[in-house]
Amino acid sequence: MTTIVKPEVKTAEKETVKKNKSSVYKTEQLNLWYGSNHALKNIDLDIKENEVTAIIGPSGCGKSTYIKTLNRMIETIPSVKTSGVINYRDKNIFDKEYQVEELRTKVGMVFQKPNPFPKSIYDNIAYGPRIHGIKNKKILDQIVEKSLRGAAIWDEVKDRLGENAYGLSGGQQQRICIARCLAIEPDVILMDEPTSALDPISTLKVEELVQDLKKDYSIIIVTHNMQQAARISDKTAFFLNGEVVEFDETDKIFSNPSDERTEDYISGRFG
Amino acid sequence: MAMNEPQQISVQELIAQKSNRGLLAFTEKLIPKILFLIASVSVLTTIGIVFTLIFETVTFFTEVNIFGFLTGTEWYPFANSTPTYGILPLVVGTLKITGIAILVAVPIGIATAIFLSEYASDRVRRFIKPILEVLAGVPTIVYGFFALTFVTPILRSIYPDIAIFNALSPGIVVGIMIIPMIASLSEDAMSSVPNAMRDGAYALGATKLEVAVKIVLPAALSGIVASTVLAISRAIGETMIVAVAAGSTPGFNWDVTGSIQTMTAYIVQVTTGDAGYGTTIYYSIYAVGFTLFLFTLAMNMLAQFISKRFREEY
Repeated sequence: MTTIVKPEVKTAEKETVKKNKSSVYKTEQLNLWYGSNHALKNIDLDIKENEVTAIIGPSGCGKSTYIKTLNRMIETIPSVKTSGVINYRDKNIFDKEYQVEELRTKVGMVFQKPNPFPKSIYDNIAYGPRIHGIKNKKILDQIVEKSLRGAAIWDEVKDRLGENAYGLSGGQQQRICIARCLAIEPDVILMDEPTSALDPISTLKVEELVQDLKKDYSIIIVTHNMQQAARISDKTAFFLNGEVVEFDETDKIFSNPSDERTEDYISGRFG
Repeated sequence: MAMNEPQQISVQELIAQKSNRGLLAFTEKLIPKILFLIASVSVLTTIGIVFTLIFETVTFFTEVNIFGFLTGTEWYPFANSTPTYGILPLVVGTLKITGIAILVAVPIGIATAIFLSEYASDRVRRFIKPILEVLAGVPTIVYGFFALTFVTPILRSIYPDIAIFNALSPGIVVGIMIIPMIASLSEDAMSSVPNAMRDGAYALGATKLEVAVKIVLPAALSGIVASTVLAISRAIGETMIVAVAAGSTPGFNWDVTGSIQTMTAYIVQVTTGDAGYGTTIYYSIYAVGFTLFLFTLAMNMLAQFISKRFREEY
Protein backbone atom coordinates (compact mmCIF):
# COMPACT_ATOMS: atom_id res chain seq x y z
CA MET A 1 0.00 0.00 0.00
CA THR A 2 1.28 3.37 -0.90
CA THR A 3 0.29 6.14 1.37
CA ILE A 4 -0.17 9.68 0.26
CA VAL A 5 1.93 11.94 2.36
CA LYS A 6 -0.25 14.67 3.67
CA PRO A 7 1.46 17.94 4.48
CA GLU A 8 1.06 18.54 8.18
CA VAL A 9 -0.82 21.47 9.48
CA LYS A 10 1.97 23.91 9.78
CA THR A 11 1.85 25.01 13.37
CA ALA A 12 5.34 26.48 13.33
CA GLU A 13 4.38 28.87 10.62
CA LYS A 14 1.31 29.97 12.43
CA GLU A 15 3.21 31.12 15.47
CA THR A 16 4.91 33.75 13.35
CA VAL A 17 1.56 35.18 12.36
CA LYS A 18 1.29 38.72 13.55
CA LYS A 19 -1.54 39.37 15.89
CA ASN A 20 -2.68 42.70 14.53
CA LYS A 21 -3.20 42.08 10.85
CA SER A 22 -5.60 44.41 9.16
CA SER A 23 -8.84 43.18 7.65
CA VAL A 24 -9.32 42.81 3.92
CA TYR A 25 -12.95 41.87 4.11
CA LYS A 26 -15.37 42.72 6.85
CA THR A 27 -18.80 41.25 6.30
CA GLU A 28 -21.59 42.58 8.46
CA GLN A 29 -25.09 41.19 8.57
CA LEU A 30 -25.00 39.98 4.98
CA ASN A 31 -28.21 38.47 3.68
CA LEU A 32 -28.73 37.16 0.19
CA TRP A 33 -31.77 35.84 -1.63
CA TYR A 34 -32.11 33.95 -4.90
CA GLY A 35 -35.64 35.06 -5.70
CA SER A 36 -37.45 33.94 -2.53
CA ASN A 37 -34.76 31.48 -1.44
CA HIS A 38 -32.88 32.92 1.52
CA ALA A 39 -29.38 31.64 0.74
CA LEU A 40 -27.18 33.62 3.13
CA LYS A 41 -28.38 34.60 6.59
CA ASN A 42 -26.82 37.30 8.71
CA ILE A 43 -23.23 36.51 7.79
CA ASP A 44 -20.57 38.20 9.92
CA LEU A 45 -16.99 37.45 8.94
CA ASP A 46 -13.75 39.32 9.40
CA ILE A 47 -11.09 38.14 6.99
CA LYS A 48 -7.49 39.19 7.59
CA GLU A 49 -4.82 39.91 5.04
CA ASN A 50 -2.04 37.51 4.09
CA GLU A 51 -3.89 34.54 5.39
CA VAL A 52 -5.55 31.61 3.78
CA THR A 53 -9.17 31.49 4.86
CA ALA A 54 -10.99 28.29 4.04
CA ILE A 55 -14.76 28.07 3.76
CA ILE A 56 -16.17 24.60 4.29
CA GLY A 57 -19.62 23.15 4.52
CA PRO A 58 -21.97 20.72 2.83
CA SER A 59 -23.36 21.29 -0.67
CA GLY A 60 -25.89 24.07 -0.86
CA CYS A 61 -24.75 25.70 2.38
CA GLY A 62 -24.01 29.00 0.64
CA LYS A 63 -20.21 28.88 0.61
CA SER A 64 -19.87 29.40 -3.15
CA THR A 65 -22.57 32.04 -3.02
CA TYR A 66 -20.66 33.87 -0.32
CA ILE A 67 -17.32 33.87 -2.14
CA LYS A 68 -18.99 35.06 -5.34
CA THR A 69 -20.57 37.88 -3.39
CA LEU A 70 -17.12 39.08 -2.33
CA ASN A 71 -16.33 40.24 -5.89
CA ARG A 72 -19.98 40.73 -6.79
CA MET A 73 -19.84 38.02 -9.46
CA ILE A 74 -23.10 36.82 -7.94
CA GLU A 75 -24.79 39.74 -9.69
CA THR A 76 -24.55 37.92 -13.03
CA ILE A 77 -27.56 35.97 -11.74
CA PRO A 78 -30.51 38.32 -12.30
CA SER A 79 -32.77 37.24 -9.42
CA VAL A 80 -30.21 37.91 -6.66
CA LYS A 81 -30.97 40.42 -3.90
CA THR A 82 -28.66 41.34 -1.05
CA SER A 83 -28.76 43.34 2.16
CA GLY A 84 -26.05 44.15 4.66
CA VAL A 85 -22.50 45.35 4.26
CA ILE A 86 -19.29 43.91 2.87
CA ASN A 87 -16.39 46.24 3.53
CA TYR A 88 -13.42 45.61 1.34
CA ARG A 89 -10.51 47.63 2.71
CA ASP A 90 -13.01 49.74 4.64
CA LYS A 91 -15.26 50.53 1.70
CA ASN A 92 -18.70 49.01 1.27
CA ILE A 93 -18.70 47.17 -2.06
CA PHE A 94 -22.47 47.51 -2.30
CA ASP A 95 -22.28 51.30 -2.38
CA LYS A 96 -23.92 52.78 -5.45
CA GLU A 97 -20.74 54.63 -6.40
CA TYR A 98 -18.54 51.58 -5.96
CA GLN A 99 -17.02 50.57 -9.29
CA VAL A 100 -17.42 46.83 -9.63
CA GLU A 101 -14.67 46.62 -12.28
CA GLU A 102 -12.27 48.26 -9.84
CA LEU A 103 -13.18 45.76 -7.15
CA ARG A 104 -12.59 42.85 -9.51
CA THR A 105 -9.25 44.31 -10.54
CA LYS A 106 -8.21 44.14 -6.90
CA VAL A 107 -9.86 40.82 -6.16
CA GLY A 108 -8.98 37.97 -8.48
CA MET A 109 -10.95 34.79 -8.79
CA VAL A 110 -10.20 31.19 -9.68
CA PHE A 111 -13.19 29.10 -10.61
CA GLN A 112 -14.27 25.56 -9.92
CA LYS A 113 -13.74 24.41 -13.48
CA PRO A 114 -10.69 25.71 -15.31
CA ASN A 115 -12.00 28.38 -17.68
CA PRO A 116 -9.13 29.66 -19.82
CA PHE A 117 -10.07 31.79 -22.80
CA PRO A 118 -9.91 30.05 -26.19
CA LYS A 119 -6.73 31.96 -26.95
CA SER A 120 -3.02 31.31 -26.74
CA ILE A 121 -1.42 30.78 -23.33
CA TYR A 122 0.31 34.13 -23.71
CA ASP A 123 -2.91 35.98 -24.57
CA ASN A 124 -4.70 34.36 -21.66
CA ILE A 125 -2.22 35.80 -19.20
CA ALA A 126 -1.91 39.13 -21.00
CA TYR A 127 -5.68 39.62 -21.20
CA GLY A 128 -6.04 41.22 -17.76
CA PRO A 129 -3.13 43.64 -18.10
CA ARG A 130 -4.27 44.52 -21.62
CA ILE A 131 -7.82 45.49 -20.69
CA HIS A 132 -6.35 47.68 -17.99
CA GLY A 133 -4.31 49.55 -20.55
CA ILE A 134 -0.90 47.85 -20.51
CA LYS A 135 0.07 47.48 -24.17
CA ASN A 136 3.88 47.58 -24.06
CA LYS A 137 5.09 44.25 -25.45
CA LYS A 138 8.21 44.10 -23.27
CA ILE A 139 6.30 44.77 -20.08
CA LEU A 140 3.66 42.22 -21.09
CA ASP A 141 6.39 39.65 -21.73
CA GLN A 142 7.68 40.22 -18.23
CA ILE A 143 4.23 40.04 -16.68
CA VAL A 144 3.47 36.80 -18.52
CA GLU A 145 6.70 35.15 -17.39
CA LYS A 146 6.37 36.37 -13.82
CA SER A 147 2.74 35.25 -13.56
CA LEU A 148 3.42 31.83 -15.06
CA ARG A 149 6.37 31.38 -12.71
CA GLY A 150 4.17 32.53 -9.83
CA ALA A 151 1.65 29.86 -10.74
CA ALA A 152 4.43 27.23 -10.98
CA ILE A 153 3.71 26.41 -14.60
CA TRP A 154 6.37 28.41 -16.45
CA ASP A 155 8.69 25.45 -17.05
CA GLU A 156 5.87 23.39 -18.50
CA VAL A 157 4.64 25.97 -20.98
CA LYS A 158 7.51 28.35 -21.72
CA ASP A 159 8.16 26.78 -25.14
CA ARG A 160 4.52 26.79 -26.20
CA LEU A 161 3.20 30.18 -25.19
CA GLY A 162 1.62 30.61 -28.62
CA GLU A 163 -0.48 27.48 -28.36
CA ASN A 164 -4.14 27.42 -27.45
CA ALA A 165 -4.60 27.03 -23.70
CA TYR A 166 -7.23 24.37 -24.35
CA GLY A 167 -4.49 21.99 -25.43
CA LEU A 168 -3.28 21.76 -21.83
CA SER A 169 -4.37 19.25 -19.22
CA GLY A 170 -7.03 20.21 -16.67
CA GLY A 171 -4.48 20.77 -13.93
CA GLN A 172 -2.33 22.91 -16.18
CA GLN A 173 -5.37 24.88 -17.32
CA GLN A 174 -6.24 25.61 -13.71
CA ARG A 175 -2.73 26.90 -13.03
CA ILE A 176 -3.02 29.01 -16.21
CA CYS A 177 -6.19 30.47 -14.70
CA ILE A 178 -4.30 31.18 -11.47
CA ALA A 179 -1.51 32.81 -13.49
CA ARG A 180 -4.10 34.85 -15.37
CA CYS A 181 -5.38 36.03 -12.03
CA LEU A 182 -1.85 36.84 -10.75
CA ALA A 183 -1.07 38.86 -13.88
CA ILE A 184 -2.95 41.89 -12.58
CA GLU A 185 -1.35 41.48 -9.14
CA PRO A 186 -4.55 41.49 -7.13
CA ASP A 187 -4.79 42.05 -3.41
CA VAL A 188 -7.06 39.10 -2.71
CA ILE A 189 -7.53 35.83 -4.57
CA LEU A 190 -10.87 34.08 -4.29
CA MET A 191 -10.81 30.37 -5.09
CA ASP A 192 -14.08 28.55 -5.59
CA GLU A 193 -13.30 24.86 -5.18
CA PRO A 194 -10.24 25.24 -7.41
CA THR A 195 -9.21 21.59 -7.21
CA SER A 196 -12.56 19.83 -7.40
CA ALA A 197 -12.10 19.10 -11.11
CA LEU A 198 -8.44 18.06 -10.78
CA ASP A 199 -6.59 14.82 -10.21
CA PRO A 200 -4.70 14.31 -6.90
CA ILE A 201 -1.30 15.29 -8.29
CA SER A 202 -2.58 18.51 -9.82
CA THR A 203 -4.47 19.14 -6.59
CA LEU A 204 -1.26 18.84 -4.61
CA LYS A 205 0.47 21.30 -6.95
CA VAL A 206 -2.31 23.83 -6.57
CA GLU A 207 -2.25 23.40 -2.79
CA GLU A 208 1.48 24.01 -2.66
CA LEU A 209 0.93 27.02 -4.83
CA VAL A 210 -1.65 28.42 -2.42
CA GLN A 211 0.91 28.11 0.40
CA ASP A 212 3.42 30.04 -1.71
CA LEU A 213 0.99 32.73 -2.73
CA LYS A 214 0.00 33.46 0.85
CA LYS A 215 3.14 35.56 1.27
CA ASP A 216 1.86 38.16 -1.15
CA TYR A 217 -1.86 37.66 -1.31
CA SER A 218 -4.83 37.14 0.92
CA ILE A 219 -6.57 33.98 -0.17
CA ILE A 220 -10.12 32.89 0.43
CA ILE A 221 -10.78 29.34 -0.67
CA VAL A 222 -14.01 27.39 -0.80
CA THR A 223 -13.46 23.68 -0.55
CA HIS A 224 -15.44 20.49 -0.25
CA ASN A 225 -12.39 18.72 0.96
CA MET A 226 -11.87 19.04 4.68
CA GLN A 227 -8.36 17.62 4.57
CA GLN A 228 -7.53 20.32 2.09
CA ALA A 229 -8.86 23.00 4.40
CA ALA A 230 -6.83 21.52 7.24
CA ARG A 231 -3.70 21.33 5.12
CA ILE A 232 -3.63 24.77 3.62
CA SER A 233 -5.67 27.25 5.61
CA ASP A 234 -4.99 29.47 8.60
CA LYS A 235 -8.60 30.17 9.42
CA THR A 236 -11.67 28.15 8.62
CA ALA A 237 -15.29 29.17 8.42
CA PHE A 238 -17.92 26.47 8.63
CA PHE A 239 -21.12 27.28 6.74
CA LEU A 240 -24.38 25.42 7.22
CA ASN A 241 -27.74 26.27 5.67
CA GLY A 242 -26.63 29.77 4.78
CA GLU A 243 -25.25 30.59 8.21
CA VAL A 244 -21.76 30.75 9.64
CA VAL A 245 -21.73 28.15 12.37
CA GLU A 246 -18.15 28.68 13.41
CA PHE A 247 -15.19 30.77 12.31
CA ASP A 248 -11.84 30.30 13.98
CA GLU A 249 -8.24 29.21 13.64
CA THR A 250 -8.11 26.11 11.44
CA ASP A 251 -6.31 24.16 14.16
CA LYS A 252 -9.03 24.85 16.62
CA ILE A 253 -11.86 24.04 14.18
CA PHE A 254 -10.36 20.67 13.39
CA SER A 255 -9.10 19.72 16.83
CA ASN A 256 -11.49 21.32 19.23
CA PRO A 257 -14.56 22.82 17.57
CA SER A 258 -16.83 24.73 19.90
CA ASP A 259 -20.06 23.94 18.05
CA GLU A 260 -21.46 20.46 18.00
CA ARG A 261 -22.57 20.79 14.36
CA THR A 262 -19.01 21.60 13.30
CA GLU A 263 -17.77 18.53 15.05
CA ASP A 264 -20.44 16.39 13.40
CA TYR A 265 -19.47 17.73 10.00
CA ILE A 266 -15.72 17.40 10.27
CA SER A 267 -16.00 13.94 11.73
CA GLY A 268 -18.08 13.00 8.70
CA ARG A 269 -21.42 12.46 10.38
CA PHE A 270 -23.21 14.39 7.64
CA GLY A 271 -22.52 16.36 4.45
CA MET B 1 -56.39 -5.57 -10.42
CA ALA B 2 -52.82 -6.20 -11.40
CA MET B 3 -51.80 -4.44 -8.23
CA ASN B 4 -53.48 -7.15 -6.15
CA GLU B 5 -51.79 -10.03 -7.85
CA PRO B 6 -48.42 -8.91 -9.10
CA GLN B 7 -47.08 -12.44 -9.20
CA GLN B 8 -49.42 -13.32 -12.06
CA ILE B 9 -47.75 -11.08 -14.58
CA SER B 10 -44.47 -11.68 -16.32
CA VAL B 11 -43.48 -8.66 -18.34
CA GLN B 12 -41.13 -10.70 -20.46
CA GLU B 13 -43.98 -13.04 -21.41
CA LEU B 14 -46.23 -10.14 -22.31
CA ILE B 15 -43.49 -8.69 -24.51
CA ALA B 16 -43.06 -12.07 -26.19
CA GLN B 17 -46.80 -12.22 -26.92
CA LYS B 18 -47.00 -8.73 -28.34
CA SER B 19 -43.90 -8.63 -30.45
CA ASN B 20 -43.74 -9.86 -33.97
CA ARG B 21 -40.07 -10.39 -34.74
CA GLY B 22 -40.57 -11.25 -38.38
CA LEU B 23 -42.54 -8.13 -39.28
CA LEU B 24 -40.22 -6.00 -37.23
CA ALA B 25 -37.16 -7.28 -39.08
CA PHE B 26 -38.88 -6.65 -42.39
CA THR B 27 -39.88 -3.06 -41.66
CA GLU B 28 -36.49 -2.35 -40.12
CA LYS B 29 -34.95 -3.30 -43.43
CA LEU B 30 -37.49 -1.54 -45.61
CA ILE B 31 -37.76 1.80 -43.81
CA PRO B 32 -34.15 2.90 -44.40
CA LYS B 33 -34.57 2.19 -48.11
CA ILE B 34 -37.72 4.31 -48.33
CA LEU B 35 -36.04 7.10 -46.41
CA PHE B 36 -33.03 6.88 -48.71
CA LEU B 37 -35.25 7.25 -51.76
CA ILE B 38 -36.94 10.31 -50.29
CA ALA B 39 -33.59 11.82 -49.38
CA SER B 40 -32.34 11.18 -52.90
CA VAL B 41 -34.98 13.51 -54.34
CA SER B 42 -33.16 16.65 -53.29
CA VAL B 43 -29.79 15.29 -54.32
CA LEU B 44 -31.11 14.25 -57.74
CA THR B 45 -32.81 17.61 -58.20
CA THR B 46 -29.54 19.39 -57.51
CA ILE B 47 -27.71 17.18 -59.97
CA GLY B 48 -30.47 17.75 -62.53
CA ILE B 49 -30.27 21.52 -62.17
CA VAL B 50 -26.50 21.57 -62.48
CA PHE B 51 -26.63 19.37 -65.59
CA THR B 52 -29.29 21.52 -67.25
CA LEU B 53 -27.20 24.58 -66.52
CA ILE B 54 -24.04 23.01 -67.90
CA PHE B 55 -25.77 21.59 -70.99
CA GLU B 56 -27.41 24.84 -72.06
CA THR B 57 -24.31 26.84 -71.15
CA VAL B 58 -22.23 24.67 -73.46
CA THR B 59 -24.75 25.31 -76.24
CA PHE B 60 -24.37 29.03 -75.60
CA PHE B 61 -20.61 28.85 -75.91
CA THR B 62 -20.84 27.16 -79.31
CA GLU B 63 -22.32 30.44 -80.51
CA VAL B 64 -20.41 32.94 -78.36
CA ASN B 65 -16.70 33.01 -77.60
CA ILE B 66 -16.13 32.00 -73.95
CA PHE B 67 -13.12 34.28 -73.58
CA GLY B 68 -15.09 37.26 -74.85
CA PHE B 69 -17.90 36.34 -72.48
CA LEU B 70 -15.64 36.27 -69.44
CA THR B 71 -13.62 39.39 -70.22
CA GLY B 72 -16.01 41.52 -72.28
CA THR B 73 -17.07 44.82 -70.79
CA GLU B 74 -20.12 45.32 -72.99
CA TRP B 75 -23.39 43.49 -72.56
CA TYR B 76 -25.75 44.35 -75.38
CA PRO B 77 -27.56 41.10 -76.21
CA PHE B 78 -30.52 42.97 -77.73
CA ALA B 79 -28.46 44.99 -80.21
CA ASN B 80 -29.87 44.34 -83.69
CA SER B 81 -26.70 44.31 -85.76
CA THR B 82 -23.93 42.99 -83.50
CA PRO B 83 -25.05 41.75 -80.10
CA THR B 84 -22.21 41.57 -77.56
CA TYR B 85 -22.03 39.22 -74.62
CA GLY B 86 -19.42 40.43 -72.15
CA ILE B 87 -20.61 39.45 -68.68
CA LEU B 88 -18.47 41.85 -66.63
CA PRO B 89 -21.09 44.65 -66.54
CA LEU B 90 -23.61 42.23 -65.02
CA VAL B 91 -21.00 40.95 -62.54
CA VAL B 92 -20.16 44.53 -61.60
CA GLY B 93 -23.86 45.28 -61.15
CA THR B 94 -24.19 42.31 -58.81
CA LEU B 95 -21.04 43.29 -56.91
CA LYS B 96 -22.32 46.85 -56.41
CA ILE B 97 -25.54 45.59 -54.85
CA THR B 98 -23.66 43.02 -52.76
CA GLY B 99 -21.04 45.53 -51.63
CA ILE B 100 -23.62 48.08 -50.49
CA ALA B 101 -25.65 45.35 -48.81
CA ILE B 102 -22.58 44.17 -46.87
CA LEU B 103 -21.78 47.71 -45.75
CA VAL B 104 -25.32 48.03 -44.40
CA ALA B 105 -25.89 44.54 -43.03
CA VAL B 106 -22.61 43.49 -41.40
CA PRO B 107 -22.25 46.35 -38.89
CA ILE B 108 -25.96 46.45 -38.05
CA GLY B 109 -26.28 42.66 -37.95
CA ILE B 110 -23.29 42.12 -35.67
CA ALA B 111 -24.19 45.05 -33.44
CA THR B 112 -27.69 43.61 -33.10
CA ALA B 113 -26.22 40.21 -32.25
CA ILE B 114 -23.94 41.69 -29.58
CA PHE B 115 -26.84 43.61 -28.09
CA LEU B 116 -29.14 40.59 -28.05
CA SER B 117 -26.64 38.13 -26.66
CA GLU B 118 -24.70 40.31 -24.20
CA TYR B 119 -26.87 43.23 -23.13
CA ALA B 120 -30.54 42.58 -23.72
CA SER B 121 -32.65 41.30 -20.85
CA ASP B 122 -34.78 38.26 -21.49
CA ARG B 123 -37.83 40.44 -21.95
CA VAL B 124 -36.21 42.65 -24.55
CA ARG B 125 -34.80 39.65 -26.39
CA ARG B 126 -38.21 38.01 -26.50
CA PHE B 127 -39.57 41.22 -28.00
CA ILE B 128 -36.86 41.86 -30.62
CA LYS B 129 -36.20 38.36 -31.92
CA PRO B 130 -39.69 37.83 -33.37
CA ILE B 131 -39.49 41.21 -35.08
CA LEU B 132 -36.22 40.14 -36.68
CA GLU B 133 -37.89 36.96 -37.82
CA VAL B 134 -40.76 38.90 -39.36
CA LEU B 135 -38.18 40.98 -41.22
CA ALA B 136 -36.70 37.75 -42.55
CA GLY B 137 -40.11 36.56 -43.68
CA VAL B 138 -41.13 39.60 -45.74
CA PRO B 139 -41.47 38.60 -49.43
CA THR B 140 -38.64 40.07 -51.47
CA ILE B 141 -41.06 41.68 -53.93
CA VAL B 142 -42.31 43.80 -51.02
CA TYR B 143 -38.73 44.80 -50.29
CA GLY B 144 -38.43 45.70 -53.97
CA PHE B 145 -41.32 48.15 -53.81
CA PHE B 146 -40.03 49.43 -50.48
CA ALA B 147 -36.76 50.25 -52.25
CA LEU B 148 -38.42 51.86 -55.26
CA THR B 149 -41.20 53.82 -53.58
CA PHE B 150 -39.73 54.60 -50.17
CA VAL B 151 -35.93 54.47 -50.08
CA THR B 152 -35.26 55.89 -53.54
CA PRO B 153 -37.41 59.05 -52.99
CA ILE B 154 -35.60 59.64 -49.67
CA LEU B 155 -32.22 59.26 -51.36
CA ARG B 156 -33.33 61.55 -54.16
CA SER B 157 -34.43 64.21 -51.71
CA ILE B 158 -30.92 64.14 -50.24
CA TYR B 159 -28.99 63.80 -53.52
CA PRO B 160 -31.21 64.93 -56.39
CA ASP B 161 -28.71 63.55 -58.93
CA ILE B 162 -29.66 59.97 -58.15
CA ALA B 163 -31.67 58.28 -60.89
CA ILE B 164 -35.02 56.65 -60.19
CA PHE B 165 -33.44 53.29 -60.91
CA ASN B 166 -30.10 53.06 -59.14
CA ALA B 167 -27.81 50.65 -57.31
CA LEU B 168 -27.77 52.45 -53.97
CA SER B 169 -31.40 52.04 -52.97
CA PRO B 170 -31.81 48.32 -53.72
CA GLY B 171 -28.32 47.73 -52.29
CA ILE B 172 -29.40 49.24 -48.97
CA VAL B 173 -32.65 47.28 -49.01
CA VAL B 174 -30.91 43.99 -49.82
CA GLY B 175 -28.71 44.83 -46.84
CA ILE B 176 -31.79 45.29 -44.65
CA MET B 177 -33.11 42.00 -45.96
CA ILE B 178 -30.02 40.05 -44.85
CA ILE B 179 -29.66 41.74 -41.43
CA PRO B 180 -31.87 39.16 -39.68
CA MET B 181 -29.81 36.33 -41.12
CA ILE B 182 -26.53 37.78 -39.84
CA ALA B 183 -28.00 38.94 -36.54
CA SER B 184 -29.79 35.71 -35.75
CA LEU B 185 -26.99 33.29 -36.71
CA SER B 186 -24.34 35.47 -35.04
CA GLU B 187 -26.45 35.69 -31.91
CA ASP B 188 -26.69 31.91 -31.83
CA ALA B 189 -22.91 31.67 -32.15
CA MET B 190 -22.35 34.22 -29.38
CA SER B 191 -24.95 32.76 -27.02
CA SER B 192 -23.27 29.39 -27.26
CA VAL B 193 -20.01 30.77 -25.87
CA PRO B 194 -19.90 29.27 -22.37
CA ASN B 195 -20.65 31.63 -19.48
CA ALA B 196 -17.57 30.33 -17.66
CA MET B 197 -15.49 32.25 -20.18
CA ARG B 198 -17.39 35.48 -19.58
CA ASP B 199 -17.00 34.97 -15.83
CA GLY B 200 -13.25 34.56 -16.27
CA ALA B 201 -13.06 37.95 -17.91
CA TYR B 202 -15.48 39.68 -15.54
CA ALA B 203 -13.43 38.41 -12.61
CA LEU B 204 -10.41 40.23 -14.04
CA GLY B 205 -12.31 43.50 -13.92
CA ALA B 206 -13.42 43.56 -17.55
CA THR B 207 -16.39 45.69 -18.49
CA LYS B 208 -19.34 44.33 -20.43
CA LEU B 209 -18.04 45.81 -23.67
CA GLU B 210 -14.57 44.33 -23.14
CA VAL B 211 -16.08 40.92 -22.52
CA ALA B 212 -18.28 41.20 -25.60
CA VAL B 213 -15.59 42.45 -27.97
CA LYS B 214 -12.49 40.66 -26.70
CA ILE B 215 -13.86 37.36 -25.43
CA VAL B 216 -17.25 36.56 -26.90
CA LEU B 217 -16.74 37.97 -30.39
CA PRO B 218 -13.43 36.14 -31.04
CA ALA B 219 -14.78 32.92 -29.56
CA ALA B 220 -17.84 33.12 -31.82
CA LEU B 221 -15.96 34.44 -34.84
CA SER B 222 -16.26 31.36 -37.00
CA GLY B 223 -20.03 31.35 -36.63
CA ILE B 224 -20.26 35.07 -37.27
CA VAL B 225 -18.10 34.97 -40.39
CA ALA B 226 -19.92 31.93 -41.71
CA SER B 227 -23.28 33.63 -41.23
CA THR B 228 -21.98 36.73 -42.98
CA VAL B 229 -20.71 34.75 -45.95
CA LEU B 230 -24.05 32.93 -46.24
CA ALA B 231 -25.83 36.28 -46.12
CA ILE B 232 -23.54 37.61 -48.85
CA SER B 233 -24.38 34.58 -50.91
CA ARG B 234 -28.06 35.49 -50.54
CA ALA B 235 -27.36 39.08 -51.53
CA ILE B 236 -25.60 37.88 -54.68
CA GLY B 237 -28.56 35.73 -55.64
CA GLU B 238 -31.23 38.28 -54.68
CA THR B 239 -33.53 38.91 -57.63
CA MET B 240 -36.81 40.68 -57.03
CA ILE B 241 -35.46 43.73 -55.21
CA VAL B 242 -32.96 44.51 -57.95
CA ALA B 243 -35.38 43.64 -60.73
CA VAL B 244 -37.85 46.16 -59.35
CA ALA B 245 -35.59 48.96 -58.20
CA ALA B 246 -32.18 48.77 -59.85
CA GLY B 247 -33.11 49.27 -63.51
CA SER B 248 -31.87 47.38 -66.53
CA THR B 249 -28.81 49.15 -67.83
CA PRO B 250 -25.71 46.99 -67.64
CA GLY B 251 -22.67 49.21 -67.29
CA PHE B 252 -19.02 48.61 -66.56
CA ASN B 253 -18.38 51.31 -63.97
CA TRP B 254 -18.52 51.81 -60.21
CA ASP B 255 -21.22 54.48 -60.19
CA VAL B 256 -24.00 53.58 -57.75
CA THR B 257 -26.35 56.48 -58.48
CA GLY B 258 -27.43 55.33 -61.94
CA SER B 259 -29.40 52.44 -63.36
CA ILE B 260 -27.60 49.10 -63.37
CA GLN B 261 -28.37 45.48 -64.15
CA THR B 262 -27.39 42.46 -62.11
CA MET B 263 -27.03 38.90 -63.30
CA THR B 264 -30.32 37.92 -61.68
CA ALA B 265 -32.19 40.92 -63.07
CA TYR B 266 -31.00 40.06 -66.58
CA ILE B 267 -32.36 36.55 -66.25
CA VAL B 268 -35.71 37.98 -65.14
CA GLN B 269 -35.72 40.36 -68.09
CA VAL B 270 -35.19 37.54 -70.58
CA THR B 271 -37.52 35.04 -68.99
CA THR B 272 -40.37 37.55 -68.82
CA GLY B 273 -40.66 37.47 -72.57
CA ASP B 274 -38.02 39.52 -74.29
CA ALA B 275 -36.48 36.61 -76.17
CA GLY B 276 -37.72 33.53 -77.97
CA TYR B 277 -36.85 29.93 -77.22
CA GLY B 278 -33.67 28.67 -78.92
CA THR B 279 -32.17 32.06 -79.61
CA THR B 280 -28.70 33.00 -78.43
CA ILE B 281 -30.27 35.31 -75.88
CA TYR B 282 -32.27 32.40 -74.53
CA TYR B 283 -29.11 30.36 -74.04
CA SER B 284 -27.30 33.35 -72.56
CA ILE B 285 -29.44 33.21 -69.42
CA TYR B 286 -28.06 29.76 -68.72
CA ALA B 287 -24.51 31.02 -69.04
CA VAL B 288 -25.34 33.91 -66.71
CA GLY B 289 -27.17 31.57 -64.37
CA PHE B 290 -24.20 29.22 -64.31
CA THR B 291 -21.87 32.10 -63.47
CA LEU B 292 -24.21 33.11 -60.66
CA PHE B 293 -24.30 29.52 -59.45
CA LEU B 294 -20.50 29.42 -59.32
CA PHE B 295 -20.48 32.63 -57.26
CA THR B 296 -22.93 31.39 -54.65
CA LEU B 297 -21.35 27.94 -54.61
CA ALA B 298 -17.96 29.52 -53.91
CA MET B 299 -19.51 31.57 -51.12
CA ASN B 300 -21.17 28.58 -49.49
CA MET B 301 -17.95 26.60 -49.67
CA LEU B 302 -16.08 29.55 -48.21
CA ALA B 303 -18.56 29.67 -45.33
CA GLN B 304 -18.05 25.98 -44.62
CA PHE B 305 -14.29 26.33 -44.82
CA ILE B 306 -14.29 29.31 -42.46
CA SER B 307 -16.52 27.71 -39.88
CA LYS B 308 -14.20 24.70 -39.80
CA ARG B 309 -10.86 26.43 -40.08
CA PHE B 310 -11.32 29.38 -37.75
CA ARG B 311 -13.19 27.68 -34.96
CA GLU B 312 -11.70 28.63 -31.61
CA GLU B 313 -11.61 25.36 -29.75
CA TYR B 314 -13.22 25.36 -26.36
